[in-house]
Amino acid sequence: MGASLSIVWALTLKELRIESRNRDVAIAIVMFASLVIAIFAIAIEPTARKATETGPGVLWAAITFAGVVGLTRATSHELENDAVGALMLAPVSRDLLFMGKAIGNFIFLAVATTIVFVVFTFLFNLSILHSEIFVVAILATIGFSAVGTLFSGLTFRVRAREVLLPMLFLPSVAPLLFAAIQVTSLAATGRPWSESLPWIQMATAYDVVFVAVSVMLFGYVLDD
Amino acid sequence: MFLHAAAFLAMVVALWMMFAWVPTDINQGVVQRILYIHVPVAWVSMVAIVGVAFASILYLKTKNEKWDRLAVSMAEVGVMFGAIMLISGMVWAKPVWEVWWTGEAKLMTALILFFIYVAYLMFRAYFPPGDQRMRLAAIIAIIGAIDTPIIYYASVLWQEAHPPLVVGPVAQEENLVAAEIGLTLLVSVIAFTLLFFSLMTARIGLARIETEYEVLKLGIAITPVAEAR
Repeated sequence: MGASLSIVWALTLKELRIESRNRDVAIAIVMFASLVIAIFAIAIEPTARKATETGPGVLWAAITFAGVVGLTRATSHELENDAVGALMLAPVSRDLLFMGKAIGNFIFLAVATTIVFVVFTFLFNLSILHSEIFVVAILATIGFSAVGTLFSGLTFRVRAREVLLPMLFLPSVAPLLFAAIQVTSLAATGRPWSESLPWIQMATAYDVVFVAVSVMLFGYVLDD
Repeated sequence: MFLHAAAFLAMVVALWMMFAWVPTDINQGVVQRILYIHVPVAWVSMVAIVGVAFASILYLKTKNEKWDRLAVSMAEVGVMFGAIMLISGMVWAKPVWEVWWTGEAKLMTALILFFIYVAYLMFRAYFPPGDQRMRLAAIIAIIGAIDTPIIYYASVLWQEAHPPLVVGPVAQEENLVAAEIGLTLLVSVIAFTLLFFSLMTARIGLARIETEYEVLKLGIAITPVAEAR
């Protein structure tokens, strides 16, 4: 157990070190999401009413699309100099490889989402500082990184991975996207916690199922 | 051959029943006849989704290529029926609900699943043939199947939050399943199920030829063709 943890930690650290040197994943997510939000802010011209109606959808659509861009970046590192080949030679079980990569992606997404929240708050003039939004954002990020890491492992060897990754990822995470949008919208309109609860339960169930499934299936993904 | 003939005959009978024999619905008028196409294709695409998942699990367990051929054939036919289901549903909804589309739970689930299985087929189209493609495609199919109940539950929650704008009074009509309507629907479901199986056998045959072709083209046997049969 301790050995597994230290392996996962070493792999996560590797992801963070790569990111600290070239900073392209988190930056890509933040810039892409901010750009989408800015474009919608210009297109919609959010008044107070319009901001609460459309804001949550715009925010989470932007984060999801940007997440795909970030995931594509994060896996294309592995193709350079056949880094993935070296990783697979390491005497480490595949599920630990998956955990390391997924935790790395989780950290990038979480950091990026926090910054995107700030950008959104300014551009849409809508306060999203609520505990339920915080909870659903963490749940969504966990699910996005688990499913996203699995799918980028599936697609990174394909020529058309930029097309295939979003095609697979976006419909699969639809339940999380619904939950995030709905909870954000409920909290932003000042509704009580109890109304968000079914969504948060659903998102939790999704995460439990998909983290387990992704860990189990990842062995088949890298199996050569 | 027998299957194709049976599907053809059943389809002729079903078409005659749905267009000539069954009386026109009082509430919805002639547009209600779409039901006899919509329900069977929805049923068939549901069978196909379950089938793809089972075939994929069996492929991962046994690594026998015949399960992969079954999965891809079911997925292709299922996506085609799924498209017919979505389109026929919209054509029906416009006069009856006054909108092409609503946020209704079954509709959203159907649409999202349709996209997942289109992505499954796209993945197969982009990926070079071989063991790896079969394995990865099986994983995608399994994820899609596991996702299905969660997507449905999420859509139900979503629908409660956004009640559909227009749902006609017909939604609650009780005479909807009158005897003749029920019988026509039953025959139509049987006809479409037979059609599904006849398309499936044709598609599996094609998949076999594709495998043989790949083996010949690559000059290496992925699995000896004779054994795969």
